[in-house]
Amino acid sequence: MSLVPDDIRHIAKLARLHISDKEVKRYTKELSSILTYVDKLKEVDTRNVEPTTQVTGLRNVFREDEVRPSDTAPEACIETSPLPIMDRQIQTPSAHG
Amino acid sequence: MLSSLTIAQAHDKLKRKEISCEELTQSCIDRIEHVDEKIHAVVYRNFGSALNKAKKIDSEGEFPHPLTGIPFLVKDTFSEKGIPTTACSNILRNKDYIPPFESTVTNRLKDVGAISMGKTNTDEFTMGGSTETSCYGSTHNPWNLSRTPGGSSGGSAAGTTSDQCLFALGTDTGGSIRQPAGFCNCTGLRCTYGRNSRYGVMSMASSLDTIGPLCKTVEDATLVLSVIAGKDPYDPTTSDVPVPDSSKILTQNIKGMRIGIAKEYFTEGMQTDVKNAVADAIRTFEELGASTEDISLPHTQYSVAAYYIICPCEVSSNMARYDGIRYGHTILRHGSLIDYYERVRSEGFGPEVKRRIMIGTYALSAGYFDAYYRQAQKVRTLIQRDFLEAFTKVDVILSPVSPNIAFPIGAHDGDPVAMYLEDVFLCSQPMAGIPALSIPCGFSSENMPIGLQIMGPQWGEEVILKTGHAYQQATDWHRKKPSL
Repeated sequence: MSLVPDDIRHIAKLARLHISDKEVKRYTKELSSILTYVDKLKEVDTRNVEPTTQVTGLRNVFREDEVRPSDTAPEACIETSPLPIMDRQIQTPSAHG
Repeated sequence: MLSSLTIAQAHDKLKRKEISCEELTQSCIDRIEHVDEKIHAVVYRNFGSALNKAKKIDSEGEFPHPLTGIPFLVKDTFSEKGIPTTACSNILRNKDYIPPFESTVTNRLKDVGAISMGKTNTDEFTMGGSTETSCYGSTHNPWNLSRTPGGSSGGSAAGTTSDQCLFALGTDTGGSIRQPAGFCNCTGLRCTYGRNSRYGVMSMASSLDTIGPLCKTVEDATLVLSVIAGKDPYDPTTSDVPVPDSSKILTQNIKGMRIGIAKEYFTEGMQTDVKNAVADAIRTFEELGASTEDISLPHTQYSVAAYYIICPCEVSSNMARYDGIRYGHTILRHGSLIDYYERVRSEGFGPEVKRRIMIGTYALSAGYFDAYYRQAQKVRTLIQRDFLEAFTKVDVILSPVSPNIAFPIGAHDGDPVAMYLEDVFLCSQPMAGIPALSIPCGFSSENMPIGLQIMGPQWGEEVILKTGHAYQQATDWHRKKPSL
């Protein structure tokens, strides 16, 4: 499977990455080589084989909905933000441009 | 040098009051200060707090648990409350992320009195097999500083081997504990998926990520496992299957054990010294009373390809949280929110993380999902079936950890597929969720360590640790140390 530079620009946009023209060139080559390698999966006959999403065999794991003390204050979680904090809220760039 | 003791030896001396916990901790600190300039295994030093804890334990004078007062190092992806934790990524380093909470496993270790001394180097967000993708630069292999220690838990392996700690914690998604343990001559345990809680450990690929110890002996790995293992309500993938019983592991012999040898793990391109060392190890097991049987794991050849679809898909999802809002890197000038996300992520993530995010984004995008992700998950089922069938005939399976010895730093620059193929024997076990142990089994003509892998069935830690312990009782490879 071979990708072209426009594929890389499109994938980067979907992945919320801003990449330079130099990086586009690099990733076109590297991602194509990876996809060529993984193409060998197509050799495998997987008719009537169920996909495995996880290996624990567990399903619908619940825990009691109890109020428990936490040694982490809500303020401490907000403080890890690199952005300004106002009234216990993070001031982000505008979503409306 | 006290820092060269095993956990079991140190516990004995602490208990008899032959040494103090402060002396033991200080010995590790001195060792780090003396050799780590060359090795670069430790990326954050927390010595003040470690010494204070050591003094407190000495003043209490009680060593009720084998890990009480034992100094250790932690891979830089385990959250410790109040301690900078960066996954060796610029996206968390630039405004040192300081977790406001503690991972379950470090919590459990500290509860029994083990002493955390600092953070070890890793590939960025554990993505790599050499520690070269760390934002702090590569760790160097203690046996030859121009070679990599393997990765991603390269700092934990190099630190343990060079006696900078008594043990270290690592994570293994597709070989990240076993490969560096093999390259550096220490004992590394990948546990069954679901054995240990991952709460508070930064995720890479959630259906494959596991955590485990890197130690000087199998006995020590058993002691650490007995503390960290078990169900945790904060990680719903953990199981209530009973925690392995160390007394069963450390006392029984392996007479009559059935050992499987799979031809798929003895490939043509393999280094002769590796092949010979593993053949010698197999003979040792036969001398100890085990029988060997040829088996086949026919889908082994597809494991790296399946891994490099499933892992990047999960990476692309897990890395979405690094958006410059809740933690980490930020930029001053920006336009819209989308522009902010894109520029924060582009500046913060290194090339391997970007590669995996993009591969995963592509494989999950409209029109490609069935061809890549679904197909890889079906191949995953076939790999799992191979093991289920094999373990009806044998108790454990032996193989080399890697086809070659540790490669030189920079050897795979610009060739991601060559780097991925270093893990050719290490990607199947994560697919099946089974445990595997990596232990020293010899040296190459260049005096570089060779690792032996012992795989067991799901929840089969007891049998692989028992096998590894029996081998270490009969051999000396794990006692060999690099000269620094």
